[in-house]
Amino acid sequence: MSGTDRKPVYTAADLAGFDAQRQLGRPGAYPFTRGIHPTMYGGRLWTMRQFAGFGTAEDTNQRYKFLLEHGQTGLSVAFDFPTLMGYDSDHPRAEGEVGKCGVAISSLADMEDLFRGIPLDQVSTSMTINGPAAMLFCFYVAAAEKQGVPSQKLRGTVQNDILKEYMAQHAWVYPVEPALKIIVDMFDWCARHAPLWNTISISGYHIREAGATAAQELAFTLANGFTYVERGVARGLDVDAFAPRLSFFWDVHNDFFEEIAKLRAARRIWARHMRERYQSKNPRSWMMRFHCQTAGVTLTAQQPMNNVVRVAYQALAAVLGGTQSLHTNSLDETLALPTEDAVRLALRTQQIIAHETGVAQVIDPLGGSYYVESLTDQLEREAEGLFAEIQSGGGVVKGIETGWFQRQIARSAERFQRALEARERVIVGVNDFTSEDDHPVEILKVSNDAEDGQRRRLARLRAERDNGLAAARLDALRQAALDDKNVIGPMLDCARAYCTLYEIRHALERVYGAYREPVFF
Amino acid sequence: MAAAKRPIRVLVAKPGLDGHDRGAKVVAAALRDAGMEVIYTGLHQTPEMIAQAAVQEDVDVVGLSILSGAHLTLFPRVRKLLNEAGRDDVLVTGGGIIPPEDMDALQKQGIGKLFGPGTPTAELVRYIEEWAAEHVSA
Repeated sequence: MSGTDRKPVYTAADLAGFDAQRQLGRPGAYPFTRGIHPTMYGGRLWTMRQFAGFGTAEDTNQRYKFLLEHGQTGLSVAFDFPTLMGYDSDHPRAEGEVGKCGVAISSLADMEDLFRGIPLDQVSTSMTINGPAAMLFCFYVAAAEKQGVPSQKLRGTVQNDILKEYMAQHAWVYPVEPALKIIVDMFDWCARHAPLWNTISISGYHIREAGATAAQELAFTLANGFTYVERGVARGLDVDAFAPRLSFFWDVHNDFFEEIAKLRAARRIWARHMRERYQSKNPRSWMMRFHCQTAGVTLTAQQPMNNVVRVAYQALAAVLGGTQSLHTNSLDETLALPTEDAVRLALRTQQIIAHETGVAQVIDPLGGSYYVESLTDQLEREAEGLFAEIQSGGGVVKGIETGWFQRQIARSAERFQRALEARERVIVGVNDFTSEDDHPVEILKVSNDAEDGQRRRLARLRAERDNGLAAARLDALRQAALDDKNVIGPMLDCARAYCTLYEIRHALERVYGAYREPVFF
Repeated sequence: MAAAKRPIRVLVAKPGLDGHDRGAKVVAAALRDAGMEVIYTGLHQTPEMIAQAAVQEDVDVVGLSILSGAHLTLFPRVRKLLNEAGRDDVLVTGGGIIPPEDMDALQKQGIGKLFGPGTPTAELVRYIEEWAAEHVSA
């Protein structure tokens, strides 16, 4: 689907055979097409959660306090590239990148600073981290312990979705199999020690941003979700012990009704597969809870004020699609990290939808629409077709190893660019309605001070901590990996002993090796 | 006489840790479709790896794609390494999320034209072809 395959009007004939009882059900009941809660936003609004991070932990701590003061209801950590790849700020590969696209976190000490003055038993925190997700999670658990908050009380999410990293976002560390093993370790450890924590956020966002269509985003992401479930079950875990803590993350693009239909279809497909195919018994395992973010890739550098309008429509689609939490992009994010003014406007956009438009009063207001139900069914069919294709190619891991997913996504990105250049598709201000006098907006500059500061901090940390203890903890971690034991406990012990991110990464890399991507274009 | 003109050789590279390769891959495909010989490095390359590949592959042009904000460190490093390898004749160009004032600063350090979001690929093709017509002997 791409917006070109729509009819001018949809009628009852498009819904021949439609069974509202079976395909929709009630809100809060199987198959959850209409939403996961019986009361939806009448009970509680979605969580307004702006992804933020830059510079040092202290810089970002200030931004979090600013957002909380302005009515934000959850935190979301953006890490810098070195952290995303498991490098300390003073590693040679980190040069020039420290604190640039997110906050630099190299040890428990940085994590303590990041949440200073923010009680971790009272906020929920989402962390966008994948390759080294377990390590940053351990820093978080250890930082909470320092505040006197036990892991049992922690609420939040680590993205921890490595399959889509190989497909699209590309912040990986280990090869596929050991990476999946650590993820299942997280499912197991959190089921016992952090029962309120979302162990993974299975993400379509990056797959879509890299070029996928809505149907590809839907299908690839769900296929990844099924793969995690199969790996958990293969470990011997009861599906209902870990499936209720799996969460999802969708991109919300410009094609308004298609995006709403995608979110509705996603819930229905997940519920059916979890109940029918994986035989889960707990309705919480059937329920797809998700976060949405407006599509960064739709923002334009040309006439950047137009982005405010795009974001508002995308956010509205996310709400009509029944999201549990939402990030609205700032108008300047195609140019740099957002300024405080820009991020406040993005947050206000959500608050206006929530409190002024009235759309949150009624659950799934588009349910029963000939058009939206047809689109929902169509996306579901397309997704099932893609599942069959993935399966016949040998499954998700095989498709990553052969580059099949990566090629599918790149082909879609090329098709999109060609359509744009042929002006089969209009982007206002870019290939039509252009103007010479674009008003430039003020942008945020992140200096290199963070890098210098982090180097000094890490030098102090290495000098002041108990280095004997740190080394012993790293050895124990490596031994656990060699013995194929759950690595989360020993990793948490490393975090508590102020082992750094790269030290932990390296200890496991000695056992697991590193991922090498198949290169092509 | 413009007989048997050889194709322009381009190395498309992703320096640093930034994993955004949508732009790099779309550009690589567009340059190939325009008749150039394109080599793509893959992700997470150091400036040393890129300069070495450029020399080994004997390219005319290196196109760097950077969306991480590390452009002021990475572009000059690649330029310097190429110069040290005796390849100051290679054009270093590229694109990504780069503020206009940084583009100006980089051009003063021997980097070619840089392109921001929303640039039609035809514009990149034209720029490289015009540069090559002037600088590359067939």
